[in-house]
Amino acid sequence: MTTQKHDFAAPVQIEELAPAARLSLRVRPDHRAVLADALGLDLPARIGDRAASDGREALCLGPDEWLILAPEAADLIAAAAAVYPTAPHSLTEISDREITLHLSGPSVLDLLATCCPRDVGALAVGRGCRTVFDSATVTLWRDGPAVFRMDVWRSFLPHVRNLMALAEAELATGL
Amino acid sequence: MLLIHCPYCDETLPELEFAYAGEAHIARPVDPSALSDEEWRDFLFIRTNARGTHFERWRHIHGCARFFNAARDTVTDRFLVTYKAGESRPDLTVKESAE
Repeated sequence: MTTQKHDFAAPVQIEELAPAARLSLRVRPDHRAVLADALGLDLPARIGDRAASDGREALCLGPDEWLILAPEAADLIAAAAAVYPTAPHSLTEISDREITLHLSGPSVLDLLATCCPRDVGALAVGRGCRTVFDSATVTLWRDGPAVFRMDVWRSFLPHVRNLMALAEAELATGL
Repeated sequence: MLLIHCPYCDETLPELEFAYAGEAHIARPVDPSALSDEEWRDFLFIRTNARGTHFERWRHIHGCARFFNAARDTVTDRFLVTYKAGESRPDLTVKESAE
């Protein structure tokens, strides 16, 4: 016999986070250490690994690509520009490109499973990945067993929020 | 859904994260202007269209965004091996005899 559990607390909470500085860094692996020193931030080599220090966060998205979050972009850009002659790279501010959603609650994995084809539950806590939500590219950060941040390109946000609202309504009715 | 192993992410992920990018190992002619019209046509348009093992390019577009190469059986849709872009065509007979 299975029993239907009715949890009347919200199965998921979705909220938009305040804007923060976001930077895209492209640099060849040979110059990774130089940039890491300049930015005062470890740049992990393995795709999906994250590093954090002084409120700054780095996520390795590809073999030569990192996403960096920081409260302010100006000092990071200046620090990176200073080492440009020794370590050629591209550091682009993309703060306005995406909006970050904070997703939490006991059914957050079910919510993500409605539109993410990858096994999000297999993503370890403290790691992140770029993946697809329905048809929109998103960046997922897993901060806890049931706590995620999702960066969504701003023009895709209405579509993503509509799909989430639909899934949320289904989860709330216990479907 | 196909599950594809990305050699850069070192993870096996669903097909929806990937994009197909045509046949692999097609080298651009060093001096295109020296080619006849027929040779240039062959380079641009004529492909193997293999029945069986096919070497092809894929891109992990909703992920690490890297292009890589794969050997796929076009009859069974089974991926035999995936390897990084720039690496030479793997010898599949060695792998088969090991199995």
